[in-house]
Amino acid sequence: MISQNIAFWVLAVTMAAAAIGVVHSRNVVHAALYLVVVLAGAAAQYILLAAEFVAWVQVLVYIGAVIILFLFGIMLTRAPMTAEGSLDNDQRGPALIVAAFLLVVLAILLIDAFGDDEIRIADDLLAVGRTGPVGESIFRSFVVPFEIVSMLLLAALVGAVAMARRD
Amino acid sequence: MVLNQFLILAAFLFCTGVYGVLARRNGVLVLMSVELMLNAVNINLIAFSAFGREVSGQVFALFVITIAAAEVGVGLAIVLLIYRNLHSSDLGEVDQLRG
Repeated sequence: MISQNIAFWVLAVTMAAAAIGVVHSRNVVHAALYLVVVLAGAAAQYILLAAEFVAWVQVLVYIGAVIILFLFGIMLTRAPMTAEGSLDNDQRGPALIVAAFLLVVLAILLIDAFGDDEIRIADDLLAVGRTGPVGESIFRSFVVPFEIVSMLLLAALVGAVAMARRD
Repeated sequence: MVLNQFLILAAFLFCTGVYGVLARRNGVLVLMSVELMLNAVNINLIAFSAFGREVSGQVFALFVITIAAAEVGVGLAIVLLIYRNLHSSDLGEVDQLRG
């Protein structure tokens, strides 16, 4: 229990710092690399919660595919790499107030609602995260949403190609 | 582990994403901030899945990952079109409803 908590806090502090890097970095490519740290930290948190399959899907889809898409997007739009301050607009103060207010409200709400509820680490937790039960749940209870999501992904990617190609 | 530590980490990531969406000017960076927010939701889903010993949370997280991939594809195509038409990816310049 202690070692899991240490792992959690190390990962959480890294993720929080990298998330601030994503929204505060003056270099677009650095922001994308900070995003890699956040996504990898999230995958590690999933492993900590015994959700192995989702963790590896996160690594494959997010770090493997989405970040590459972002890097291509940065390359194709020739985003300013080092221009001083030009990546932010003039709403930083109000945005900070909104984000801080939201964080305070959410934290108060969560502490009020869930208090000291423990996630018990036991064998039945490990059984939930195995690939077998996840696959069974997808293809039994959630097979219609699964097919709809696959059609949505196909339509979105065809739409993206149709929009982005030069005529 | 306490459930709340995951939920508050997710809340922090979500609020960072909100700040990024509001304060960033570049279209690609706004999409990155949206990814932060979607990830926060995923952490919540997995934490509740472990808390309630319920596998559907993980299935929903997989759906969210898929939707996020589709959203990035379409979003980057839109940013690319904005860049091609306005020669800049500054979202503040997209202020006309007809061109």
